[in-house]
Amino acid sequence: MKNHVLRPLWFVLIAIALILIVRHFMVPDDFGVHGQNFTYGFHRLGNVDDWKNFKPKYKGREYCQECHEENVVAVNASKHQRIQCENCHGPAIDHPDDPEKLTIDTGRELCLRCHASLDYPDNPRSRIKAIDPDKHNSESACIECHNPHNPNLEEGK
Amino acid sequence: MSCSRRQLLKSGLSTFIAASLPISAFRFLSPAECQAATGKEGTRWGFLVDTNKCVGCGFCVKACKKENEIPYDAPVTRTWVERYVVTKDDKTHIDSPMGGRDGFTSKQIRDDEIKQEDISKTFFVPKLCNQCKNPACVQVCPVGATYQTSDGVVLVDRTWCIGCGYCIMACPYGVRFFHPIHKVAEKCNFCYHRISKGQQTACVEACPFGARQIGNLLDPNDPVTKIIMTERVAVLKDEYGTKPQVFYLGLDMNVR
Repeated sequence: MKNHVLRPLWFVLIAIALILIVRHFMVPDDFGVHGQNFTYGFHRLGNVDDWKNFKPKYKGREYCQECHEENVVAVNASKHQRIQCENCHGPAIDHPDDPEKLTIDTGRELCLRCHASLDYPDNPRSRIKAIDPDKHNSESACIECHNPHNPNLEEGK
Repeated sequence: MSCSRRQLLKSGLSTFIAASLPISAFRFLSPAECQAATGKEGTRWGFLVDTNKCVGCGFCVKACKKENEIPYDAPVTRTWVERYVVTKDDKTHIDSPMGGRDGFTSKQIRDDEIKQEDISKTFFVPKLCNQCKNPACVQVCPVGATYQTSDGVVLVDRTWCIGCGYCIMACPYGVRFFHPIHKVAEKCNFCYHRISKGQQTACVEACPFGARQIGNLLDPNDPVTKIIMTERVAVLKDEYGTKPQVFYLGLDMNVR
């Protein structure tokens, strides 16, 4: 065959070979479909474990109860038992080692998440006792009068 | 009555076969037994949102952001809560300030103050990744950085994502965003690190009202699966054919 045909042919073949060599070194070995299909399942297998090893921050009420038994019992007896400890106290992460002390959210805004009156008819929000934040002791913190672990004013003192 | 040899052998054989079949072959199977027999065991994560229970406290959004290390004050979030206020003139007012991270504490919606007497109905709708059976976001990824696991969760490979943003455009539900720190596509993954250890997702655990639940759709005894199989549930944007695995109870037609 003539040279001007062969030359570009060799060029293309070498280019393809180069791409395949580079791909061999660039793409990790565990890349594949792993029993799934190519449309949705083509992935690096190691990434599934990467995500499984992500660190959980929220530990749950049972973890808190191991040391703070009396507080968990108190809140479980009140209307606030449906609220997780960490919703207000922040994620435990590795408490008591790291962080040594949790930052408790004691602001009005936290209580207002549920207790600000929106006055919507037939909304589940309306079943919760609510206040108008501008009129109900707007200068004071809620916890000055209400105990979050037992919000009932008579019992909670 | 006459009977040829061939006929006798034929009917004799069929009687023999019928008699040798055990009674159990004619038993009706429960859906659970059928499923066990067809070998579809394993895990397929599904989510159930009961909009009748959501009060818009936003604890789920707060927990999600802290659990999954999403910058707290950046206007991006893996899950969010939308407020819908439908007025009597048939207008729908929707808002979700900071994804509902701090709850809904005022009646003000965007710049509108809606009068009490104009309100027809109101509801809160929590949203998160639908972990679609046919995820459009996965199809468009040019590098194989996002994929569906064998238990049905769509994950993003942070080391492999090139940040082209195709998936963010492809998702019909707008659940994907660009992670401001890792500079890759980011999305809800049903707290994969938690559910694979047998824990609840951060949002499910944080919800005080049980509006969010997660379960295994392949386990017919799972409480979530039971509700999805027996009650009237809906999915978002069914017409896209993405087959979402997040099911809603009490979904209104105004929800988009």
